[in-house]
Amino acid sequence: MNKLAFRGFSIRLVFLSILVPTANLVLHGLIFLFFKHIDLHPLLAAALAVLWGVVGIYFVYLSLNWVVEQYPQHLRQKMLPFVFVGPAVLILGWLLVFPTLRTLYLSFLDAQSVNFVGLSNYVAVFTDRLLVTALRNNLLWVVFGATSCVALGLLIAILADRSSYERLAKTIIFMPMAISFVAAGVIWKFIYYYQPGDEQVGLLNAIVVALGGEPQAWTSLLQPWNNLFLIVILIWMQTGFAMVIFSAAIKGVPGELLEAARVDGAGEIRIFFQIIIPYIKGTILAVTTTIVVFTLKIFDVVMVMTGGQYDTEVVATQFYRQFFMYRNFGYGSTLAIVLLIAVIPIIIFNLRQFRRQGGV
Amino acid sequence: MPEKERKRSSWIVNIVLAVICLVWLIPTLGLFISSFRPATEILQTGWWTVFPHRTWETVEQIQLPKDLDLRKPVEVNGRTYTNEELRAGIEIEDGRRLIWENPRERLLNVQERGWGMNTSFTLENYKSVLTGKEYEIAQPDGGVRLEKGSNLSRSFWNTLAVSIPGTVIPILIASFAAYAFAWMPFPGRKLIFVTMIALLVVPLQVALIPVLKDYTALGLNGSLLGIWLAHTAFGLPLITYFMYNYISQLPGEIFESAYLDGASNFTIFTRLVLPLSVPALASIGIFQFLWVWNDYLVALVFIGSQPDVQVLSMRIADLVGSRGSDWHLLTAAAFISMFMPLMVFFFLQKYFVRGLLGGSIKG
Repeated sequence: MNKLAFRGFSIRLVFLSILVPTANLVLHGLIFLFFKHIDLHPLLAAALAVLWGVVGIYFVYLSLNWVVEQYPQHLRQKMLPFVFVGPAVLILGWLLVFPTLRTLYLSFLDAQSVNFVGLSNYVAVFTDRLLVTALRNNLLWVVFGATSCVALGLLIAILADRSSYERLAKTIIFMPMAISFVAAGVIWKFIYYYQPGDEQVGLLNAIVVALGGEPQAWTSLLQPWNNLFLIVILIWMQTGFAMVIFSAAIKGVPGELLEAARVDGAGEIRIFFQIIIPYIKGTILAVTTTIVVFTLKIFDVVMVMTGGQYDTEVVATQFYRQFFMYRNFGYGSTLAIVLLIAVIPIIIFNLRQFRRQGGV
Repeated sequence: MPEKERKRSSWIVNIVLAVICLVWLIPTLGLFISSFRPATEILQTGWWTVFPHRTWETVEQIQLPKDLDLRKPVEVNGRTYTNEELRAGIEIEDGRRLIWENPRERLLNVQERGWGMNTSFTLENYKSVLTGKEYEIAQPDGGVRLEKGSNLSRSFWNTLAVSIPGTVIPILIASFAAYAFAWMPFPGRKLIFVTMIALLVVPLQVALIPVLKDYTALGLNGSLLGIWLAHTAFGLPLITYFMYNYISQLPGEIFESAYLDGASNFTIFTRLVLPLSVPALASIGIFQFLWVWNDYLVALVFIGSQPDVQVLSMRIADLVGSRGSDWHLLTAAAFISMFMPLMVFFFLQKYFVRGLLGGSIKG
């Protein structure tokens, strides 16, 4: 009797455990098809989509949790963590981990992903003129862009700390951080704008003309310096990030330390280099790695400003070009893997840092 | 610290910083001002001419005989000038100058130097960007059809439809996972979490090609669901890490006593953990929202050429490509895309900075 009840119970459980996830899948599949095939007013469609996305994800968890609650206590304890972690693991596995491995595999195949070509894509990346240009430019971006962001960020953080309008200054420097690279591209394209004739409406050319110089097409014809004009945009946007973090770190330098140095007769510049910088070394390292990672993947600015023409191509834009325009999946994948290899030291650093802090 | 020394270093510091701030502000200011200037003026005078500046102002016009031969020296008020001189503008007595208004009409301007500012502003740029221009298209049967040109309001709504779920979904998924990592023991916990950390800085380019192949096979390409999932995956490692750091610091005793009172983990999570984590949720939420709102690459790859779901960043990048010197449209469009981020920035700066401090390592 008892056994029978248990069997009936477990059949019901198995049934539910299959039914609920399937029902979820079918339901959201149907909503998906609804949006795909029915033409709504854009505003209504947006509102409904937001509703679906936000409420939908909650009900996925709610229904799965309900299924688990039907199980006996000891099983429930074992299963629930997987309901909580499961969606995250599935999505990461499907859209990040597994694709990375597939990209690695594709990087050893030819353009159409048919024949195995060994390392020849990698050889091409380091010899083909276009691809080498992309690598060279990325190096320029990292060397000039990241260094300037860190140096300027540090300088402005110190200045702001000693000024009488710290909050305002920080807000102004930090603001470009909030806008998109595409919008920043428009802003700077306007500054660099060149038109033939005397009247220059681009700020930079107007200044050059006012100083008696010749107007220039800054981002196209001045090779290879045009890259630096693009890098200025990165500096404009990312210095605020470095500054905010340095500013927080500088406030952490103990006052007695600075006091003691001043009593000993050290000048402000000496204090900056011999006390403040050593004290916030860790923060400088962290900010530098963050900006380097960010700079390695730079894409939007170049795409909007030059489209990668005039020898301004970087790895990420060349990746996009190989992938979408030339349909060369071999080169595309290889470039992505090159980016991955470039960040591996940082991955290792993060993991070490994590272990030092005690892990999970 | 000696008060005197501090004061002395202060004014140099204040001036240097003011100059830097000005340099930082000018690009945005130029865009903002230009977006309100009439299309014809943007290309003729720099945006800085809206501020008071020295300029030539026409005080008088001289109509010369229409049949005047411009190859010979032109006589005006008893003096002769060449056509080239009049084209470039030539100074005459008491600080005045002569310049052609229109050589073909033989119309000459007499100008005086004075202070002036360009004060013609318009909302026309925003109107034409937001609603699109109306075109009349002649039909083959003789009728006329009104057609609206492309406008940004649709992509504005699309961007919201991408950004809001693109923020809420990953944050909910990450918070559930973070809670499990922090408070529920299960096999494989450490391995999964370490993988998550390793994924923090992985460039998303390594995933694009295979994911696009899967999306094409499943029909997810160019759909909202597809782009939500992509943003979820690319944001998850960072958000989970950020939320884990916060949730694991919450006092465990309250969860324990709630559990002993018979609350399930799900109830504890939705009734206790989420409300207690509001500051962290706000910080990382703003960060992710701006990330998705400003994103260009992910949209470009997964939305592609579907005009119905295109987001602002794509439309503006398109405008840059197709109407590269229509600055009245570009500046207004760019400002529309910046509106939301700037609002978030100015009103929620505190949370934004906090999100940044914790979330500086996005992959």
